[in-house]
Amino acid sequence: MAGLHKSDIPNPVLNWIDSRLPIFTMLQKEYGVFPTPRNFNYLWNFGALNMVNLVIMIATGIFLAMNYTPHATMAFDSVERIMRDVNYGWLLRYVHANGASMFFIVVYIHILRSLYYGSYKNPRELLWILGVVIFLLMMATAFMGYVLPWGQMSFWGATVITNLFSAFPIVGESIVTWLWGGYSVDNATLNRFFSLHYLLPFVLVGVVFLHIAALHITGSNNPLGIDVKGPQDTLPFHPYYTMKDSVGICVYLLVFAVLVFFAPNFLGHADNYIPANPLVTPAHIVPEWYFLPFYAILRSVPDKLGGVLLMFGAIAVLAVLPWLDTSPVRSARFRPVYRILFWVLVVAGVVLGIAGGKPAEGVWVWISRVATAYYFLHFLVILPILGKFERPLPLPESISRAVLGAGGGGPIPGGAAAKPMEKA
Amino acid sequence: MNLLRIAAAAAVLALATPSVAVAAEADMKFPAQSWSFNGPFGTFDRASAQRGFQVYQEVCAVCHAVKQARYRNLDGLGLTAKEIEALAAAVTIGDIGDDGQPMERPGQPSDRFRSPFPNERAARAANNGAYPPDLSVMVKARAGGADQLYALLIGYDQAPADMKIGDGMNYNKYYAGHQIAMVAPLNDGQVDYADGTRASVEQMARDVTTFFAYIAEPEMEVRKRLGVKVVLFLIFMTGITYAVKRRVWADVH
Repeated sequence: MAGLHKSDIPNPVLNWIDSRLPIFTMLQKEYGVFPTPRNFNYLWNFGALNMVNLVIMIATGIFLAMNYTPHATMAFDSVERIMRDVNYGWLLRYVHANGASMFFIVVYIHILRSLYYGSYKNPRELLWILGVVIFLLMMATAFMGYVLPWGQMSFWGATVITNLFSAFPIVGESIVTWLWGGYSVDNATLNRFFSLHYLLPFVLVGVVFLHIAALHITGSNNPLGIDVKGPQDTLPFHPYYTMKDSVGICVYLLVFAVLVFFAPNFLGHADNYIPANPLVTPAHIVPEWYFLPFYAILRSVPDKLGGVLLMFGAIAVLAVLPWLDTSPVRSARFRPVYRILFWVLVVAGVVLGIAGGKPAEGVWVWISRVATAYYFLHFLVILPILGKFERPLPLPESISRAVLGAGGGGPIPGGAAAKPMEKA
Repeated sequence: MNLLRIAAAAAVLALATPSVAVAAEADMKFPAQSWSFNGPFGTFDRASAQRGFQVYQEVCAVCHAVKQARYRNLDGLGLTAKEIEALAAAVTIGDIGDDGQPMERPGQPSDRFRSPFPNERAARAANNGAYPPDLSVMVKARAGGADQLYALLIGYDQAPADMKIGDGMNYNKYYAGHQIAMVAPLNDGQVDYADGTRASVEQMARDVTTFFAYIAEPEMEVRKRLGVKVVLFLIFMTGITYAVKRRVWADVH
């Protein structure tokens, strides 16, 4: 196995490096000529968008950390100093804060795309599970990041969420004290949250790497959900999908920019501009919008422990989804019943999001309960049964047949795989 | 088409979700005012903000701190460096002298706005137990924003006959629970505007709200100006990228 890699890169310097560490060969293989299904729609942009978003978050976060002070008496003022006195500090902070929202918008669409097109099914189960791990890490990171400005919602959000662990019998209280580093949310809590908020994104990068590595083993799913049968079904990643992803990135940046420059506090909560005060509880403690569906599930159960378990269960159920969905057909395009139920699930999720933002009283409690029940019903009962009874539509013979029409009209671009444009 | 649909979906997601959180906290409606700083091209009305600064100095500053703001920030209201220096110098700032003893010195443009009380306890002691909150980011710290601040300032009224007002409390239409410790701060003709504007309660409330909107977001004008350029650039970039994409894909469609 040992010995130099035979590199065919003409540049002598690059060749010297590539022979000893074939990173250029790898890039060419995984991102240059990597065979990618030719029929992606724009929903397949969202993986790349997540990657861009992660990089933006880490880049802005590092510069924010240079100017932020993780101390209970100084955190709020240091954030205001960033907003007022650090050169373009307001831009860094607004990009970072709205970047969190953008990240969840993008990741939710990415997840929904996988649900719709069955991207979690054999052989991509592990890829999907790594995705669920990424989602969990993102949620933990976002939660801790929201605590750092040490405003009222930071403080009370941290209090509510960490207190969830007290629901566990016997060890619960000890866990909470351990998490806080004291007997209330205080400076010790802020310090460790800052430390973890800086650490977790790099863990995230590691899991993202595994996620992409697994993707490059199985290859991407596609809107038809059928396997790639040969080179006529694929295009080299570059320039086709680098270019298509670029279009998506531009549109994504456009939406992002409108938020950052014209409505930077639109997705935030006004109370977080009030410095944290342990003696004053806000009228309604609500998490950031992206947690609202899970918050609604938590509050829909009258029992505290039950609510906590159900909330975590809502994510855990995703991890085992590849085995709950018994249908061998991936894409909802060929599953007439699932296609409708998918949208019912989306509606249930949106309803949960709305209910999570309302005070937990009156009709909203019942709306949350119904939507929560449906959420679990969808995954635990409907999907296992549906696969057995649903009659899928006939699947196309191959991707190229479906895309280019019967008979493969026009020149089948077998040559496309060897397209010489990638060095442009 | 797909692109449009996705963009629309993203926009809907972005627009639909936050109103939920906002709706949860604001139980009161505040009449919407037309502020000079509204909208994507909004700027701060300099004259109004300067008058508002006067109201702040003569009225608000007696009880409220604005500790995030520094005198040099007043340049955004159109004050010159000379004027700011003079303004700051007129204020006495507590400091520690070279001998290590507490001393007082004239303010400098780099000083924070002088707080009326040394700490919260002193503020409460002087105000019947109530704490006049810091106003640095007040406009951002209320769901109703500038509208809410303005409404509060003009919201003082006779309490309804059937309502019991607590000792030392005042009735206000636009305060949660309708009882506020702050006495109506503005009365007709309370300040003498240098530019001859009539100092009605509404006028002063409008001016001081504009001032505090500026103090909460001194970067707003720069932000919006930069935003227009960035958005225009990205629209251009999206167009050209899409054109290149069509070109690249032309032979495989």
